[in-house]
Amino acid sequence: MRRRWYVTVPVMIVLMGVLVPLGYLLVRALEADPQTLWDLVVRGRNLRLLGNTVGLAVGVLVGTTLIAFPLAWLTTRTDLRGRKVLTLLGVLPLAVPGYVMAYVLLATTGPYGTLAQTIGAVLPRLNGYDGALIALSLGTYPYLFLNLRTALLGVDPALEESAQALGYSRWRVFVRVVLPQLRPGYLAGSLLVGLHVLGDFGVVSLMRFETFSYALYLQYTASYDRIYAACLALMLLALTGAVLLLEARLLKGLLLHRTGSGTTRRSVPHRLGAWRWAGYAFGGGVALASVGLPVGTVGYWMADRVAAGLPWASLGASLWASVSASAPAAALAALLATPIAYLGVRHHSGWTQGIERIAYLGYATPPLAFALALIVFTLGAVPFAYQTLALLVTAYALHFMAEAIGPIRSALYQAPPNLEEAARSLGRSPLGAFASTTFPLMRRGLLVSVAFVFLSAMKELPITFLLAPVGFQTLALRTWSYAEEAMFGEAAPYALTIMFFSACFVGLLLAREQTAASAPTPAGTSAE
Amino acid sequence: MNDPLLSVQHLTKQFGPDAPPVVNDVSFDVGTTESPEIFAILGPSGCGKTTTLRCVAGFERATEGTVVMQGRTLTGPGVHVPPEQRGVGIVFQNYALFPHLTVLENVRFGLQDGTEAAQTARAREALDMVGLDRLEDRRPQHLSGGQQQRVALARTLAPEPDLILLDEPFSNLDALLRQETRQEVRRLLKDKGIHAVLVTHDQEEALSFADRLAVMRGGQIDQVGPPENVYYRPRTLFVAQFLGRTNLLLSQAAGREADTPLGRVRLDRDADGTVLVSLRPEHLTLSAPETADGPTGTIVGRAFKGHDITYRVSCEGSEYLVHTDNRVLYEAGDTVALRPLEPAVVLESQSTPAEMPSGATPEPSA
Repeated sequence: MRRRWYVTVPVMIVLMGVLVPLGYLLVRALEADPQTLWDLVVRGRNLRLLGNTVGLAVGVLVGTTLIAFPLAWLTTRTDLRGRKVLTLLGVLPLAVPGYVMAYVLLATTGPYGTLAQTIGAVLPRLNGYDGALIALSLGTYPYLFLNLRTALLGVDPALEESAQALGYSRWRVFVRVVLPQLRPGYLAGSLLVGLHVLGDFGVVSLMRFETFSYALYLQYTASYDRIYAACLALMLLALTGAVLLLEARLLKGLLLHRTGSGTTRRSVPHRLGAWRWAGYAFGGGVALASVGLPVGTVGYWMADRVAAGLPWASLGASLWASVSASAPAAALAALLATPIAYLGVRHHSGWTQGIERIAYLGYATPPLAFALALIVFTLGAVPFAYQTLALLVTAYALHFMAEAIGPIRSALYQAPPNLEEAARSLGRSPLGAFASTTFPLMRRGLLVSVAFVFLSAMKELPITFLLAPVGFQTLALRTWSYAEEAMFGEAAPYALTIMFFSACFVGLLLAREQTAASAPTPAGTSAE
Repeated sequence: MNDPLLSVQHLTKQFGPDAPPVVNDVSFDVGTTESPEIFAILGPSGCGKTTTLRCVAGFERATEGTVVMQGRTLTGPGVHVPPEQRGVGIVFQNYALFPHLTVLENVRFGLQDGTEAAQTARAREALDMVGLDRLEDRRPQHLSGGQQQRVALARTLAPEPDLILLDEPFSNLDALLRQETRQEVRRLLKDKGIHAVLVTHDQEEALSFADRLAVMRGGQIDQVGPPENVYYRPRTLFVAQFLGRTNLLLSQAAGREADTPLGRVRLDRDADGTVLVSLRPEHLTLSAPETADGPTGTIVGRAFKGHDITYRVSCEGSEYLVHTDNRVLYEAGDTVALRPLEPAVVLESQSTPAEMPSGATPEPSA
């Protein structure tokens, strides 16, 4: 295919937008003389940061597994009643951004926390490793839960039945046949959790637990040593790269497919009997901690705040600030994602796959490191863009573009390529053929993409924190800065607004999962 | 005057500088300005027939070769007319109907000249032609396979192209509907005087639908000719096998005759030395052993099909197929004489493997 400008330009923007700042960061860090660099990298503090970061990631992985695995099993393989409600409760924590969860934990515990004020129970105030571990585990287990659930539903019951017919007990079937097939799903879910922990800034900063992200933030706010900050960002990037490589290695040759066709049946559910009470207790406990607690706490402080009078003007200003950055970012992301998804679907090759990977790299890059790279790059190359809304919008778009690619891709699969060929043979130009056939079919996917990026950008914290113009106070920034100073009542209205938008995001996610599950339409026969 | 409507010369397509050519030096002509023709390209999957069609339509850029239609070069050195300017219609295997448009809107899609009312009138005419005028407000996904196929045809015919390309358009229909639709489409094309190129892997379809056909294998054309000719006088072993089951005889030829495992047999042309010849099952017949002087065989199988019977006859260690009408009746185990009714066809030696056993060929596979 000959490259046309309306394809080439967006692709170049994405490639340069993601790769150039990261490359520039490396160049700037290497500018320092080797001795200084050596001293910056090889020091005890970095080792401690590494230990803390990896320790937190491993801890959260264990924590999320302990929550997500039983929950996924209970909702797919047992006769427990209310499995649908439990599934919904298992996804809802996605509506609570990490910094809100951390704020909630801080506002619940301690001598001035909700618990102390309502029932007089003074728990030690959560802080440091424990606080970060609990907040992140409660907030990120849905990633693992969703992946494990899909994997469990995807296991062909005929395999289990064959194994049973060969004389294996149900327990041994689970260990020998089912578990191995869950590995790809488990790896995919744990990668998301891991990347989330590495990229997290909100939780570790509120819990004051020193990971690479937190150190980067301290370095940036307190004594801005550009070279050390660049080094920290690069080390964080290296760690992320290592995780991605590890995942790719572990996943190699693991993609198991169903052989043979036929309709998927559900496997016969396990009868829990009296054990169902344990199931209810577990599900209820998880739901209480991950959904009930945030809603209750924010509600409590909100009531407190309403009594004192809501700061309508400031709330409105923050909402407007969030929208004015998120809405253009969403449009830009969809605009950039369309040609990339199109190339990936219609002209699949190593080259187009590489472009998509780079788009996903922008998503996997820890946001704080990505934002720092953008700052260093802008200051060096285009100083007039520093601290402008345009830069913030671009950063959002490049970071969240991966979320936009998915829905556009699936929409494109609904429109077989020879629709465009048919339009060409009926006299339409390449762009005209796209506009009259493929575009109308992918409009819905495009809308979903815009919505995803919009809602994600609304709750984004670290990129906003570093790149927002002076005095630009989004909802996320307000929530975080009030929570940071333990002004829980002041934070509540902002946190509540954020949770509303996040809940919309989850609703959209669930609606998409539903349509994807219920309508595997043959290409071209029905797209509506 | 007698210039071909479409002339494809030395067409070659490689999907990469080091990749083997998918289409390799393919040449054929279709129709003349005066007499419309339906041309079929027949071959197994992966033989390059669809790529050839896509080069003619302009979706693929030919690596080498020319495509000329009515004196206008569509593809040539430094020339690639985009598909929308070729005036060539195409019907896809999956029909590629626009799911977001109604039947009428689909058919009107290619009509871009004139007022909207005129376009609608033209589209209705085309729908009328394929007998679907009552379904114009439906969406394609609410139509049956046969109806979708006819909408696709109407959409292609509406702009009145001089040439339409048919990419396996009948293969998504069930067997009964397929035969019926085939005849209908052929009648329509002939009525309207439209040239067509059909691509298919179904030998029966190519034989019954086309005026002329080309058999393609490995990116090259093995033989071009009218269906009867290609069927009864295959040039190569591949063509002989692909168009239906046949009996192969490794023979010693001398002039117009040859010594074969079935005795002395007349040939369709002069040949000398060891040759492989082909005899279609319907060109063999059976008779009582005492009346013939040739070799005899034993019936090992019989398939009664109503209007005719297929016998499997074992003779000197090989098995042969014989189609007879239903008045020739033998039982398994009977000894019979085999007698050719027509001269055997000499197959080109360079395309024949050195070791080719005599006997019936298996069912052709696409």
